[in-house]
Amino acid sequence: MWIYEKKLQYPVRVNKCDPRMAKFLIEQYGGADGELAAALRYMNQRYTVPDKVIGILNDIGTEEFAHLEMIATMVYKLTKDATAEQMKEAGLGDHYANHDKALFYHNASGVPWTASYIQAKGDPIADLYEDIAAEEKARATYQWLINMTDDVDLIDSLSFLREREIVHSQRFREAVEILKADREQKKIF
Amino acid sequence: MSERKWTDEQKKQYYEMLGEIQQVDFVLVELNLYLNTHPHDHKAINQYNEFAQKSMALKNKFQSMFGPLTNFGNSFSTYPWSWDDAPWPWQV
Repeated sequence: MWIYEKKLQYPVRVNKCDPRMAKFLIEQYGGADGELAAALRYMNQRYTVPDKVIGILNDIGTEEFAHLEMIATMVYKLTKDATAEQMKEAGLGDHYANHDKALFYHNASGVPWTASYIQAKGDPIADLYEDIAAEEKARATYQWLINMTDDVDLIDSLSFLREREIVHSQRFREAVEILKADREQKKIF
Repeated sequence: MSERKWTDEQKKQYYEMLGEIQQVDFVLVELNLYLNTHPHDHKAINQYNEFAQKSMALKNKFQSMFGPLTNFGNSFSTYPWSWDDAPWPWQV
């Protein structure tokens, strides 16, 4: 069960129309290393990992949904006042033809999200290493996105998200150590 | 549902109070994740409980002015029902 809170995790202050940047940000909405992939990956893996690390996946997965909402807010605000012509100029003509200005789960190039982006191996070490890699890839993507804008407010929100990837990666690394220590203890006793 | 009509003063207060809640709740998310892998850190647990209390107090005040932050019985309702009133988070 989830409870919705009518607030963003961190403010998204966007007051300008910039469909070009929105097109790039969509990478973190429906791309391979985006927030949807992260949330669905962890939420699905949590059923079959050892009890000691379920909470880590559950809670980070939940936070990813809050990040998905932040990215959606950025895209929504950057495109809401755009004309069809501006969408076309920004390279979003293909998107507009199919979706108007509705958001959709695809990457910056318009490739729809697919479950083949994520894995659940039934092996907790394999799963957690994938999760660490996912966080590092998302961190890198946020940096590339930050490099493409000079909007200080947008950079502020993207920097927050970039930092969260670092923290999540750290927690997953600790989860690996917890499982390793557990395994060692079982060998000794 | 209908959008609320706010004065500039109310808008300012909305953003200020929401900002405070976001800050306190961030501490809670961060401590929660940390405690998942450090369950014996007594100081962190004390801080978690302290901020949980702060968060509740801030939300009570915010909700009495701007309506419920959560649904499904986790916040008390105003009269008339205002849970589904704008603004939603992506609209502010």
